[in-house]
Amino acid sequence: MNPANRQPDRAKSQHGDSAFKWLTLAMALVIFVLIGLIGFELLRGAQVSMHKFGWRFLVSSDWDPVNDVYGALPAIFGTVVSSLIALIIAVPISVATAVYLTELAPQWLRQPLIMFIELLAAVPSVILGLWGIFVMVPFLRDPVFPFLQKYLGFLPLFKGPTYIGSSMLAGGIIVAIMIIPIITSVSREILRSVPGLQREAAYALGATRWEVTRIAVLSYAKKGLFGAVILGLGRALGETMAVTMVIGNSSQIVASLFAPANTLASVIASEFNEATGPIYPSALFELGLVLLGVTVLVNILAQLLLKTFAGPSVKPQH
Amino acid sequence: MPATPNPATAATGLNFPAGTALTARGLSVHFGRNKVLKEVSIDIAAKAVTAIIGPSGCGKSTFLRALNRMHELNPDARMEGDIRLFGDDIYARGVEPVIVRRRVGMVFQKSNPFPTMSIAENVTVGLRLNGLRDKKLLAERIEQSLQMAALWDEVKDRLNAPAISLSGGQQQRLCIARALAVQPEVLLMDEPASALDPLATQKIEDLIVHLKKDYTIVIVTHNMQQAARSSDYTAFFYLGELIEFGPTAKIFTNPSQKRTEDYVTGRFG
Amino acid sequence: MTVSNHNWRKFKNAFMQTLTFVCAILVVLPLVLVFYHLVKEGFSALNWNFFTKLPKAVGEHGGGMVNAIAGTFILLLQAAIFGVPIGVLGGVYLSEYGGSKLNWWIRFAADILNGVPSITWGVVVYGLLVVPMHGPSALAGGIVLGMMMIPLVMRTTEEVLQLVPGGYREAAMALGIAKWKTTVQIVIRTALKGIVTGVLLALSRVAGETAPLIFTAFGNLGWAHKLTEPIAAMPLLIFNYAISPYDDWHRQAWAGAFVLLMLVLAINVGVRFLTRDRFKQKA
Repeated sequence: MNPANRQPDRAKSQHGDSAFKWLTLAMALVIFVLIGLIGFELLRGAQVSMHKFGWRFLVSSDWDPVNDVYGALPAIFGTVVSSLIALIIAVPISVATAVYLTELAPQWLRQPLIMFIELLAAVPSVILGLWGIFVMVPFLRDPVFPFLQKYLGFLPLFKGPTYIGSSMLAGGIIVAIMIIPIITSVSREILRSVPGLQREAAYALGATRWEVTRIAVLSYAKKGLFGAVILGLGRALGETMAVTMVIGNSSQIVASLFAPANTLASVIASEFNEATGPIYPSALFELGLVLLGVTVLVNILAQLLLKTFAGPSVKPQH
Repeated sequence: MPATPNPATAATGLNFPAGTALTARGLSVHFGRNKVLKEVSIDIAAKAVTAIIGPSGCGKSTFLRALNRMHELNPDARMEGDIRLFGDDIYARGVEPVIVRRRVGMVFQKSNPFPTMSIAENVTVGLRLNGLRDKKLLAERIEQSLQMAALWDEVKDRLNAPAISLSGGQQQRLCIARALAVQPEVLLMDEPASALDPLATQKIEDLIVHLKKDYTIVIVTHNMQQAARSSDYTAFFYLGELIEFGPTAKIFTNPSQKRTEDYVTGRFG
Repeated sequence: MTVSNHNWRKFKNAFMQTLTFVCAILVVLPLVLVFYHLVKEGFSALNWNFFTKLPKAVGEHGGGMVNAIAGTFILLLQAAIFGVPIGVLGGVYLSEYGGSKLNWWIRFAADILNGVPSITWGVVVYGLLVVPMHGPSALAGGIVLGMMMIPLVMRTTEEVLQLVPGGYREAAMALGIAKWKTTVQIVIRTALKGIVTGVLLALSRVAGETAPLIFTAFGNLGWAHKLTEPIAAMPLLIFNYAISPYDDWHRQAWAGAFVLLMLVLAINVGVRFLTRDRFKQKA
């Protein structure tokens, strides 16, 4: 091969290189297109409702398709409360499990447990919902709810009829099951990234395993664990199918956790196909917009917390 | 050709029997704010082995990579000066690094055969990806390159076996065969035997001596014996500067610089 | 250090060890229970008809969900055709042309997109495709799942490409191979198993997605003859059957859930074995 017959190749490889770079860049930029598309479509769909109800939409507790009057408050309330229930259940269990998996469990048990948790994360929401309808809700209706009422019934949260089953509490529990795997596995990554030196230093002081965990690991990983929890919150707020199937789908604001409720996602999922006229679908679009705004803000917070936490590249998973 | 600013080179007054393959003039390379190579001027003899020696961090690898523009893979790298390959300015406007690298091949410290390819595919990958399709020609090149790399007899019965099934020394010779297959004019070797056992090292050294009949070879090494055994010329680098350059025998027995003497006699480095 | 203090510390250690173990059991318990009930209710409802017959009307026994099984695969195929090239090539950009501020923003945006609720995607594609096309369609269902795959595939592709040792890129460049050919023929080829794994995991995730399909694919009790017609999908059928008041349909829902979970878990477990020896050979 002499330099002369390399000439034609030269132009080709140069063009090939820049063409390929631009092609891949264009594909990477599709991410921004998708974000733009989501915002644009939701805003467009919500126009009618935004125009008609204005800011009152966010604070009005009337969700009344019959009279074509819509307010997002019951759905916002349901979303916040069910997510809070989910966090109260899921956070201690998940963090404790992550601690167990990284610090306390015997080696042989770690891999199988991790595998189980990853499989739980892979169970589709609709399947958990099915299980919720036919197994969990009947179990809650009897004996769990009557039991709670008997001992905690003095609180408004545990007053009211218990025989419905499909309820705010059922929704919160099913969301907890959905978000436990993600909080656990992100927490595990965080704990694993704690430098071994920290642990050794604590062991060298004669600390027990638990003391090492508390002193060297947990205090070091606090911020990252908080990020994991916020990431879980983001998932909880947007969780749709399983909640829709067990929460009872009633847009009301009541104190009792035994009463049916609704979340932003569950209202959309259960009512969108029946929504007619110009206003009803638009109100559902606006619920979607509220949901998007809240979850995106929460996710940004979570990502910033996780990214500024030293070390781990924590990949989002579902 | 511009005047040589470096007294070390000028003083040797070298006259290469087969001519000059590469000439570097005022070559400097910066990585960000670090200047790792400082105004190096040197001639590399054609069809001979030139060894680059010096303590770690002296810029010898950077120098080698500047010779086929591999340092450009690091986005922080900046280069000044002039390098000519048989008279062609390899940094001239419009000259693509890809073309330069086809003329100046390279073998690395760690053997790196492509793990998804067979032995034969590894040898021909440079040709195939540059558009050569002729099966007969490819088969010829496989045998020819493996012969030159002294690997043919060991692998001729299993050319389609995965490349990573070979031993470490064989993998490195496969990498040499892969570099030779595109028929470069110059072969750069960056510590090609530093990860190998003595026996495999011996084979690589024999191979280097054998290859200089057809190729210009530049080898970076931290192994003084290796430089003394297998090279014709030796350049000593220290802190980014070319301290001394000359026939290997002279550098090792009668260096003109104190620092060279200290280094080759093992007083530092 | 007194003896009682020491004993107290030892007790605390043992107590925490037990407590965290109990929590781990609580985490695993739902999976075990879901699995138990799916096998008990679902497996017994499975038969030949389930895989070969169309759904029957209310009140009639028997029938199956062959159209939903096929529909799920058709939706996944469309999603892959739409989402995989974009995701993989975008991941290539992030890994091979990385280093800039832009890449940080792309990664960040992809991570945020991964957190967008699935129902939101459904609403967006409803406005984007279903309204202009005057009705739900298989196409809209495939596209919504494909969109959801893009950020997932992009991030995993980037990750596995970065595991490819830099030495391979250097070796190829030193042979005078153009960068894009190096990327396609050497880097991507070396990481192919990992990329395929990422794609399969993304597919297994969207395979179970229901919320985005409710207003896009919509569901269909028979066959969809064109991509512009509504199409059945297993998750949709499971949802519709589960919230119906009929025992027959409940049985079908269990059976469908069993099959769907087997599909999803098979992919998840399968890729774990596939990737067990990834990059094990010394680089």
